[in-house]
Amino acid sequence: MPLVMQKHEMPEQDANVRRNNFDEVALGYTEELALAEANRCLHCKVPHCRKGCPVDIDIPAFIAKIKEGDFEGANAKIKEASSLPAICGRVCPQENQCEKYCVMGIKGEPVGIGRLERFVADYCMQNCEEKIEKTVKDDAQKVAIIGSGPAGLACAGDLAKKGYQVTIFEALHTAGGVLSYGIPEFRLPKDKVVKPEIDNLRKMGVKIEVNSVVGKLFTVDELMQEFNFDAVFIATGAGLPHFMNIPGENLNGVYSSNEFLTRCNLMKAYRFPEYATPINVGKKVAVVGGGNVAMDSARTALRLGAEKVYIVYRRSEKELPARREEVEHAKQEGIEFKLLNNPVAILGDEKGYVKAIRCIKMELGEPDASGRRRPVEIPNSEFDIDVDTVVIAIGQGPNPLIQSTTPDMQTNKRGNIIADEETGKTTKEGVFAGGDIVTGAATVILAMGAGKKAAKAIDEYLIEKRNK
Amino acid sequence: MFKILNKKVLHENILQFTLEAPLIARKAEPGQFVVLRVNEYGERVPLTIADFNREKGTIDIIFMVIGASTTVLASLNEGDSILDLVGPLGKKTDIRPDMGTVVCIGGGIGVAPIYPIARKMKQVGNHVITIMGAKNKDILILKDEMEKISDEVIVTTDDGSYGIKGFVTTALQQLIDKGIDIAEVVAIGPVIMMKTVADTTRPYNIKTIVSLNPIMVDGTGMCGGCRVQVGDETKFACVDGPEFDGHLVDFVNLMERQRMYRPKEEIEKDHICRLAKKVEEMEEK
Repeated sequence: MPLVMQKHEMPEQDANVRRNNFDEVALGYTEELALAEANRCLHCKVPHCRKGCPVDIDIPAFIAKIKEGDFEGANAKIKEASSLPAICGRVCPQENQCEKYCVMGIKGEPVGIGRLERFVADYCMQNCEEKIEKTVKDDAQKVAIIGSGPAGLACAGDLAKKGYQVTIFEALHTAGGVLSYGIPEFRLPKDKVVKPEIDNLRKMGVKIEVNSVVGKLFTVDELMQEFNFDAVFIATGAGLPHFMNIPGENLNGVYSSNEFLTRCNLMKAYRFPEYATPINVGKKVAVVGGGNVAMDSARTALRLGAEKVYIVYRRSEKELPARREEVEHAKQEGIEFKLLNNPVAILGDEKGYVKAIRCIKMELGEPDASGRRRPVEIPNSEFDIDVDTVVIAIGQGPNPLIQSTTPDMQTNKRGNIIADEETGKTTKEGVFAGGDIVTGAATVILAMGAGKKAAKAIDEYLIEKRNK
Repeated sequence: MFKILNKKVLHENILQFTLEAPLIARKAEPGQFVVLRVNEYGERVPLTIADFNREKGTIDIIFMVIGASTTVLASLNEGDSILDLVGPLGKKTDIRPDMGTVVCIGGGIGVAPIYPIARKMKQVGNHVITIMGAKNKDILILKDEMEKISDEVIVTTDDGSYGIKGFVTTALQQLIDKGIDIAEVVAIGPVIMMKTVADTTRPYNIKTIVSLNPIMVDGTGMCGGCRVQVGDETKFACVDGPEFDGHLVDFVNLMERQRMYRPKEEIEKDHICRLAKKVEEMEEK
């Protein structure tokens, strides 16, 4: 059989249709496509793909199961390492991870590992009776996990498997962190994918306390001393939105991407007035930034009814930090990219609403510390773009609530918690941290990896503690 | 779920709920707020904690029925539950024993959040003068409670139907003119009231604290929707506040931002009204 050099395309909704709905864009492989794609795997003696996976999934083994038609077995294989395959299959940047190292990628395209992972997870959710049993033991040591995003969920899953009594404290009214409030429905369906994964944790015996803001309702010390938790894992993510500090940022119609996406995803503003939370989009929207969150915001704005949506980014296309696939999807849907442009002010009308964004043209200079060529302003090149809404999607920092109420736990100058990369150990005894709160805003899978590493270290810590 | 233990109508459209919330009651302090969501369809609504009882494990909220969310909230009765309640959020009021004479000003519904502040100001040993303002005598709330915990209570009404005819600033100016040594003013009420209070005290350099209630979503510093201009800085009211130095707040920007969803609120109110009508029709059948 000749080798197929190209990845099998994944069916997706037509761009002209999907830009008007919130249904999932990518539809996933059929069985036939999955088998065909799996057959592209060469089963290398040394599987380089695995070294690109932050949670070390046995990729060749699960693909082998697909080849055999044993999709349930493939799912079980993935689940040995990752508790959230339906999510990772969708949102992992595979092109920079497993697929980057695939031998097939040298002369052609790498095997679609992410697409196969997604297929297997979806197949099993629909067709297999996955029996989840309670693993938590009622007399086991207690672990508090703060934050129910990817890091918290991964850590909770691994600790529950080992029998510990795990309680997750979530500040919002719905569990999932960025999976629920941040990543849009059309990229990560909430009821179909996120909720079942979280329900599985509940079935294992994990308690999830929503509406619980640690730092306010209780401090980390209170959790340990008054509520008798033996260890704490802090996974509060990167929840503090950055603004640009340019004139006009407090005008009506300027949103942080966090607010814009939260209103839409968590509060379901796209179903207003059935759901009471409103969102103002208007006819023209500028999204500032070039990452995945910027793409999500732009494509959300389009689906909310905006006629024209711009991405305003200060570097060139090559430097866009968003996944290639997301950029392509955005372009197909009609998002206009205003590259090498940097906002200098937002202009308002007499009632305090946004009417335009003023940008200055940029050119690329010498490489900076990040290795990317630094954007430099071209003097006197300012121009205005008429818009009603501006979404600032230039990144997020750490929320200081927990750090400021836990004085004996050290943070760095950016406010991130200082924790060991391999174990998540902080400077405070019994307290671990991982994910974006330690590294700064990164990806779902890296946060999951940190959650798993911390679970291992917490297990070791608790074994030592009970043997004392 | 958070049970409504007591519902009290303070005025035709001003209600007081006592909610079962032992964990929040355990930590609540004057000046802090909660965010609630009535049901799956509801908005996240921030409301200042009007009272709390650590022993009974309850907190009180007082609200005026103005928009769709408060209309739905008001339709609940004793024994019903609120789906989500999160708090205590925001920073507590800075209350110290040796402040001296403190003037606590509550305008309209703002009397509710000023109550626990005035009470604690008095408890720790300060001399508390309370100024309560209302449109007219009928919608004056918590007057008896305020009298119990203040050294002096002055009431103003816009129409003169009770107390001094005028605004809270009329009474405040009188205190200043009398030469009373005011250590601090804490004012909570409509934005325009807080602005005029700050304008009144500014020339005399009297420290003035105001509690802001901009539009917010999560209430934990995540969305940035509640940002307010305070001096040269942009602050998030939910985590940096809700109380700020009244002399530094950009009230004009705050008022503009509060109006952001006005047209949408009408649509939502209409939606709720039509829903209620539909339910009525179905019940009749």
